[in-house]
Amino acid sequence: MTDIPAGLPAEPTASSTVGARTPWRTGLRRFRRHPLAPASVVFLLLVIVGAVFAGVISGHDPNAIDLVHARAAPSGAHWLGTDPTGRDVFSRLLHAARVSLGVGLSAAALAVVLGAVLGSLAGLLGRWVDTAVMRLADIFMSFPSLVVIVVVAGVLGPSVPTLVIAIGAFQWPTCGRIVRGVTLSLREHEYLLAARAAGAGQGWLMARHVIPAALPPICVAATFATAQAVGMEATFSFLGLGIQPPTASWGNMLTDAQSLTVIASQPWLWLSPGIAVALTVLAVNFIGDGLRDAVDPRQA
Amino acid sequence: MGAYLVRRLATNVLVFFLITVAIFWLVHKAPGDPIAMRIPADQLNSGSAEYIAEQRHALGLDRPVFVQYWFWLTSALQGDLGYSLLNGRPVTELLGERIGPTVELMLIGLVISLLVAFPLGILAARRRNSVWDYGTAVVSLGSVSIPVFFIGLLAIYVCTLRFQWLPSAGIVDPANPGLLDSIRHLVLPAVVLGIANTGTYLRYIRGSMITELGADYVRTAEAKGASPRRVVYRHALRNSLIPVLTVIASNMGQLLAGAVVIEQVFAWPGMGQLAVSSVRQQDYSVIIGFALLVAILVLLFNLLADVLYTVVDPRVRLR
Repeated sequence: MTDIPAGLPAEPTASSTVGARTPWRTGLRRFRRHPLAPASVVFLLLVIVGAVFAGVISGHDPNAIDLVHARAAPSGAHWLGTDPTGRDVFSRLLHAARVSLGVGLSAAALAVVLGAVLGSLAGLLGRWVDTAVMRLADIFMSFPSLVVIVVVAGVLGPSVPTLVIAIGAFQWPTCGRIVRGVTLSLREHEYLLAARAAGAGQGWLMARHVIPAALPPICVAATFATAQAVGMEATFSFLGLGIQPPTASWGNMLTDAQSLTVIASQPWLWLSPGIAVALTVLAVNFIGDGLRDAVDPRQA
Repeated sequence: MGAYLVRRLATNVLVFFLITVAIFWLVHKAPGDPIAMRIPADQLNSGSAEYIAEQRHALGLDRPVFVQYWFWLTSALQGDLGYSLLNGRPVTELLGERIGPTVELMLIGLVISLLVAFPLGILAARRRNSVWDYGTAVVSLGSVSIPVFFIGLLAIYVCTLRFQWLPSAGIVDPANPGLLDSIRHLVLPAVVLGIANTGTYLRYIRGSMITELGADYVRTAEAKGASPRRVVYRHALRNSLIPVLTVIASNMGQLLAGAVVIEQVFAWPGMGQLAVSSVRQQDYSVIIGFALLVAILVLLFNLLADVLYTVVDPRVRLR
């Protein structure tokens, strides 16, 4: 965010050693200069470790019901207390991280693939394909995916695939626009013309030239998409339209907190998943911000 | 201007038809006999087999799918969205009594978020790369990152349970109604909705202001000796409103989505609450009516964004 335009050659301090000028290194240095991105990476790694080793770390079965110790406040045995059926909140929190990150990453992946394909098609083919894809992008951008999920989950029943598809399908336009922009600027380059003259088809051009060139901005968009997808999953599950109990997700752990008594007297039930979602989404967004600084200093 | 708007109108109509096809597909996929959505439950239960068959024919339900779609669409556009599977009331009526509270919540929420976003966005743009700029960047990222329902729960915890400043449920206290009471009920949901949307507007206002402040006419104004205040508010702000207005209009769908969640948290009797409870009770006709209404609203606001764009920016008319 702060940098002097960092592509400039005059910056003799750090780059005296051989090989220090690679794009990777400059990018990494700019990333590390972001005030919050490096700390966010550490935090996210902790969340991922917690999610992967959820069972070992928590030492409790996330679905084990223990009515004797229901609604227990945080203690040595249950670090974050227990819920109304006596399940360990900390264990559920870690297992929920798997679900939330899983849904977030797969939805973002879907969005990136859709966006990359549609965006490069629009850029390469131009004319009516371009108009159609871009109009479609406008509509998907302005249509609230929440309403779509309400309708689809309401009629067909909530499920994880529905959730991932609904989130992913409404995230592709951001990525699609980026890829289209890169494609349009690439079209003017001679090497693309050369590739075409050598007989390359649209598929080859897309896979070999357009997508690699668009990769850095795609990574940034994918990061932001993941953050948004994690937040959406939480929202949908909170409303009862996403992950269904007994499987824990950060969103559905908060569903129980809709009564005033729970909010007032058992804050561990809603504060911990709420803080988990908020911090995770924030961290991923900060990483995206840092990545953007790293790949494109003009944007900052 | 005319040709541009006509083109936009035409695409919007096309999109509307595509959306109705998608929604009708869902009507078709919904479990149960479709006739249950189209006539009130008491008639369905008491009516003779002949009566039902007659109704089925009158509603086109014994015809091919395409004809069924046409029957469904024409009656929906005339305001007949069928009947609730739960209580047999017309869906139009159910949605009609819920739309007011939702619009109220959305409008006040929008005003609150703009009241926060404009000063902060202008400040951030004027003092680029200062502490203020970083501060607002964190505020805006926080506002888009923290899920709205969590902000809502925190607000309830602090404002209602801890300090008992404000009520956190419903739209009015039946024991003690009045204007002041309505305002007190509105504060928490509207402020939370406002906070959740501030980040989006803030980012666009900042970006748009930065572009305008770098424009030649700003330098001209400064060279003529206009005060910084005048340059910012009279010259740059006016022009930076153009993209911001479009963003506000096309963000209406997201605002509505936020309202749906907030209605759930604060027991606000709006459309969102109706929709979510209909999902829980599998009241398909209400869900589908809600979807159709939202689709129409979103498309209308998109069209409004296009119109605004051409009205405030003469350059667009030339295209």
